[in-house]
Parts: sequence; C-alpha cells; structure tokens
Amino acid sequence: MAISGVSTFYAVLFYAATAIFLGGLAWKIGQYWRTPSPLKIAVTPAPVSAPGAALRVAREVVLFESLFFSSRWLWIMAALFHAGLALALVRHLRYFQDPVWEPVALAQPFGIYGGLAMLGGLLMLLARRLVIDRVRFVTAPSDLLMLLLLIGIGISGFGMSAMARVDVVMVKAFFRGLLMFQIRPLPIDPPLLLHLAAVAALMILFPFSKLLHLPGIFFSPTRHQADNPREARHLAPWAAKLEEKS
Amino acid sequence: MAAGPKIEAPTLDALPTVPAIDPGAMAASKPYVAAKAHQEPLGFPGELLPDWEARAIAKLGELLGKYRSLRVYLDICVKCGACADKCHFFLGTGDPRNMPVARQDLLRDVYRRHFTLAGKVFGGLVGAAPLTRERLDQWYSYFHQCSQCRRCAVFCPYGIDTAEISMAAREIMDSIGIGQKYSNEIIAKVHKIGNNLGLPQPALEDTLLGLEEDVKEASGQDVKFPLDVEGAEVLLVTPSADFFAEPHVDGLIGYAKVFHQAGLSWTLSSYASEAGNFGMFIGSYEQMRKIALRIRKAALDLKVKRIVFGECGHAWRVAYAFLNTLAGPFDFLDPRYPVPQHIMELTRGFIRSGAIRLDRDANADKVVTVHDSCNIARATRMGPEPGSQFVYPRDILKAACPKFVDMHPDTTHERTFCCGGGGGLLTDELLDLRVKGAKPRVEALKQVVESHGVTHLAAMCAICKSQFTKVLPYYGYDMGMVVSVHQLVGNAIRMGEHS
Ligand code: SF4
Ligand code: SF4
Repeated sequence: MAISGVSTFYAVLFYAATAIFLGGLAWKIGQYWRTPSPLKIAVTPAPVSAPGAALRVAREVVLFESLFFSSRWLWIMAALFHAGLALALVRHLRYFQDPVWEPVALAQPFGIYGGLAMLGGLLMLLARRLVIDRVRFVTAPSDLLMLLLLIGIGISGFGMSAMARVDVVMVKAFFRGLLMFQIRPLPIDPPLLLHLAAVAALMILFPFSKLLHLPGIFFSPTRHQADNPREARHLAPWAAKLEEKS
Repeated sequence: MAAGPKIEAPTLDALPTVPAIDPGAMAASKPYVAAKAHQEPLGFPGELLPDWEARAIAKLGELLGKYRSLRVYLDICVKCGACADKCHFFLGTGDPRNMPVARQDLLRDVYRRHFTLAGKVFGGLVGAAPLTRERLDQWYSYFHQCSQCRRCAVFCPYGIDTAEISMAAREIMDSIGIGQKYSNEIIAKVHKIGNNLGLPQPALEDTLLGLEEDVKEASGQDVKFPLDVEGAEVLLVTPSADFFAEPHVDGLIGYAKVFHQAGLSWTLSSYASEAGNFGMFIGSYEQMRKIALRIRKAALDLKVKRIVFGECGHAWRVAYAFLNTLAGPFDFLDPRYPVPQHIMELTRGFIRSGAIRLDRDANADKVVTVHDSCNIARATRMGPEPGSQFVYPRDILKAACPKFVDMHPDTTHERTFCCGGGGGLLTDELLDLRVKGAKPRVEALKQVVESHGVTHLAAMCAICKSQFTKVLPYYGYDMGMVVSVHQLVGNAIRMGEHS
C-alpha cells in the first residue's frame, strides 16, 4: 500500500513532537536542577529528613494533598481529570506494545471510564474558570485554550469509537512502525487525525507552558526540602563566594 | 501620621466569607518611597535610574539563576485559584490583585515576556506583558501589600510561595532605585547602631537599669538585665521593641525573670541589639547576611556558649532557618544546644524540669487565646519535632494561665492568619491596609471572645504585638487585650524560692 502524504506528515509530526517534548523537558529539568536554593524555605511543619520530604512530595503528586485541604471541589475536579487522564494513557500503551503487557490489557475496560472522568473533570474545570470571578480574573486566553485542547483530545477520542470506527489495528501498526523508524499508513479518518494532531500539539506545548507543573512540583523548595537548617548549613555556591570576600 | 482618608475597619463577618472581587480597590495603597538618604547606605541607587527597565529585566535574570524558588514558581502556576481566597489581604480588601496568584502574575507576566519562548511569540495570549511605568507602579503598590506570611504556600498544590516572589520583586525595585523607606531606613540603622530603633548603647543601658528598678519595686527581687557582659552563658537577641514598647517590654521582663529563677547567666549585646532582620523583607541575601553577622560577632566577642532569641516571628524565621547558613558555622558554641534556641525552648524546659515554678492563679483573671505568628508557624520549629512551634507556646501558656482557649482551627497552627503588619508593612502610611488585613484574624478572635469570654490575646512576635495594639481598637477591642507570652510567664513565675 502506498504511503500517503498524510501518513508521512503525521510521522514527521510525531517525531518532532516527541523530540521537542523530551528535549524541552530535559532542558527545563536541567535548569531547575542547576538553580540553587540558597536558603531553607520548607513550609513547616515539614519532615526533618530527606526521605520524609520525598514522601511529602509523593503525597502531593499522587493525592494532591495540599489541594485537598485547600478547596474540596477543585480537588474533586482535578482528581477526576488527572486520574482519568492517567487511566486513558495506560490504555493507550497498547498502541505501542506487541504483545501487550498483562497490566495494560487488564486496564483496557477502565481506560474508557478514565476517558469519561477526564472529560467530565475538564468540563467542570472549564465551567469553574468561567463562573468564579476570582478565577476568571487570573485566566489568560492560553488557560482556556489549554482546556479546550484537552477537551478536544477527549472528544475526538470518543468520536472515533462512536462515529468513525477507526481501524485500530492499522493505527497500532503506524505507531509500532514509528518505534522502528518505519513509516506505515495511517487510516485517514477526521476524528483520528484531529485526535493525533491535538496530542502532538499538547506535547509540543508542554515544555513551554504551565504544564511544567508536572516536573516543577519535584523542584518546589517549600515542599521538597527537609526541615533541618539548625542541624546543617545550606550554602549555595554563589552565597559561598560572599564568604570568601569578607 | 499624615492626614489622609479616614480609616475604617471593615464589618466583621460571623463566618469566614470570600468577598466579591473589587478591582483596583487598593491600587492607591503604597508605602513611602525611600529617599537617597535611605537607599545609599545600603548600596542601592538613590533614585529611579533612567534605564530602569533594562536594569530591572537584567536583575530578574540574575535572580532567576540564583533562586530555584523563583525560577520554578514563575513557570509552574496553573492559575487554579486555590490560593486566591487564602490571603488575609484579599479577604480584607476584595482587591483581586491581592489574591496571591494575581500578585505573582504582576511579575510573572513580565517574566513571560522576557524570559520564555511562549511569551515572546504569543505575547498577551499567554498573559505576557512588558514592564511599563504603570506596571512598575503596580509592583510597588501590591508587592507592598504582601506580608510574606506564606499562608498561600500552605494551600497551593505546588507549594508556590508568594513571599519568594514579593521578595524578588522588592529586590529588583531596590536595585533600580525605588526602595521602601520604612524597611531601608531601619536596615541602615541596624548597620550603624545595631537595632531597628537606633538606640545607642548608653540609652539601652539606661533603659535596662530602669527595668531593674521597676522589677525590684514590683517584686522585691534583684532581677538583672545584663548588657555586654563577657563570659555569660547565653547571648539573648531580642527585637528592640522589647526594650520599651507595650506589651513587648513585659515579655522582656518575663525572660529576665526566667533566667533569674533558673540561675542561668545571660547578657544582651549593644552591638547586636536587634533580633529582627529586615533584610528578609526586602529580599536581600546580602543585607540579611550583614545583619546576621553582627550576631555572630557579638557571640564571639562576649564569649557566650549559647544564642537565644526572644519573641519575634520573622526574627525567629531568619534565626532558625537562615542564621546557621548566613553566619555559621557556630562551632565555637556549646554543641549540646541547637543554634540558635528560642526562649520558649528554654522556658518550657525549665517548667518541665521544675527549674522554674509557675503559679497559674496569678493569671486567673484572664481567659487567654494565642495568635500563631505566621513566620513561626510556617517556617520554623522550636523543638526536635515538626509542629513543636505550636506545642511549646501552648504548653507554656497552659502552665501559666488556668483558662486557655484556641481559636478556630482554620486560623491557627500552619493555617494561622497573619496579623496584617508583617513583611515590612508596619508603617503608619499603610494603616488602612493593616486594619483591613487584620480582618480574618479579628473575626476568629471575635468568635472566641463571644463564645468563651476570651479576654486576652497572647502574641509571640514584636510586629504582631505592635500591629494588634494599633488595629484592634478599630474593631472595638481594647489594645490592653494584647499580651506577650512571657508577660504571662512573668506574672505567674514564683520568685525567690530556688529549687
Ligand atoms: S494555588 Fe498555586 S497553582 Fe493555583 S493559582 Fe495559586 S499559586 Fe497558582
Ligand atoms: S504571602 Fe501572605 S500576604 Fe503574601 S500573598 Fe501569600 S497569603 Fe498573601
């Protein structure tokens, strides 16, 4: 079968998106890593040891602990969206694996519910952003576009199974091909093409947008620092230079 | 103070309510700008430099490389608004720029414009904005409506700390010649004389002698207030307001009685006669370090074995969390004790060991509640365990007073509300802001006054004490309600009978 221009375009798009996503993230993580914290600023009460602090960050990442005590409704919406997204992502792993891992196979039916939870969470987040005056005040156009992009990904995803009946075997062959640096044909179905274009856009935007909260939370000094300033000095290299002067 | 609009306290709400936003409500609130005479002693330009915009951007770039907090926090805010209703200044004023996220955005928009690809390419679409004169005025106004209390950082899902952003913004403004008079004038006094009030050694000595006489008269005891005594065991560093402001000074008398009864030799230093460190408020590591080094020098000169801090919130933050880093290592001190210690660590220890005895009946006429100072609550500990910063003051208060009541749990411990005067805002021209910023705290106070008959508010910070005595009357409460924790200890301590 001949390879259409569309398939080639999407192949190049995904290589580029992956490169930008990974390269951009590596660059930002490197930047965060290299930037020192000259002072201990853990928000207390804080764990006094490094493993304790790591656990604190893990609780924030997995349970959204601070948000839970901050705004219960927002926590529900955010949890629905993020947990739903995580399930949907796991479900999509099957497009890259042959044979499919047992856990991924088992997660398949839940992936659908994940997608629904994600869409529901996103729609609530969007409504909240428009309705609450405080949140509307701090909303930039990009904040709305980001939500719309994610909603677009969700809707086009469901659209494929509902209206188009996309040939998933072919889609899988396309992505398995990309993994082996071969370009194989992609079904030309508008919901699929929309879905994939939106996902690629999200990957490209990731390192340049507020989506950096994903790596960023691991570098938030108020959360990741152990509270031990009386026990240990905490001198940043640039601050140590001040000591040489005087 | 200067004649201005009449200051009116907002009506207190029975339940914590979130106001509707009122854009621009506090746009006119700003502190006096530092004159040349306040700027230059700190090495800052005397007036707004002609090329201030370029210099501000360059300074921001420098700080981005120096502070991970700034670098990460400017990137990762998702504008979820979870922090929006957590700031006492927003709750008290309704000005949306006092929502922590919107305050950060004043700097973040400029960061986006100059330091991110998205901001350079998409501009306003991603909220990027240039640094204009109008924007600079907003910075000056709203970064001086943040008391750096970090309540927002408790509730943000990523721990974004608006205090870090405010500090950076103030540091940038100082570097282009638009500093805040109140803080910078005070810092210059510390460099020159040793304390925020500019009390020279002779005046300090006089004051302390006067206190010795007062205590002798009231209790018949020879309680000493030693100054610059070489070889004392403990160097006490306390906020200079403790030397004569009310009720601060009663706290100082309390510390002296504790040392006296416990039989622990101590001294104050005229060279390091200030626990407060306003270098933190203006975000300057260098200024903060210079002030901290005075304490190191005093400890070395006086050959003490321990350093102990008196009651003050931000002072304890700088002492507990930064002193070791800024002015350490303190290997010349007695290694059996943490450096530095809080006076409450000593007092609580003495109560438990029986080295001092308290007679709670002395405070039987009071129903006491406590205000957790923001800096103590959210940036420090007192003992080895996390949370000891809440336990120690309460242990002491319960040992000194028969009737103790806590305020609503959403307003105590790490969720405490700032008094409204911290972070370099304790100046008369900001009184309107300070009164409004105290609203959430006063609401919680009102609740326990009405439900439990609370008569006194114990405070553990010089700024909180000054702020509350000033603003409580606007809400119809007597300034005499405010007491120092160690004032209650001083009332209750049994003098004379050494154990
Ligand atoms: S809570 Fe944190 S992430 Fe949410 S708007 Fe406030 S600062 Fe931004
Ligand atoms: S640090 Fe305190 S005063 Fe500043 S924005 Fe956060 S809550 Fe408000």
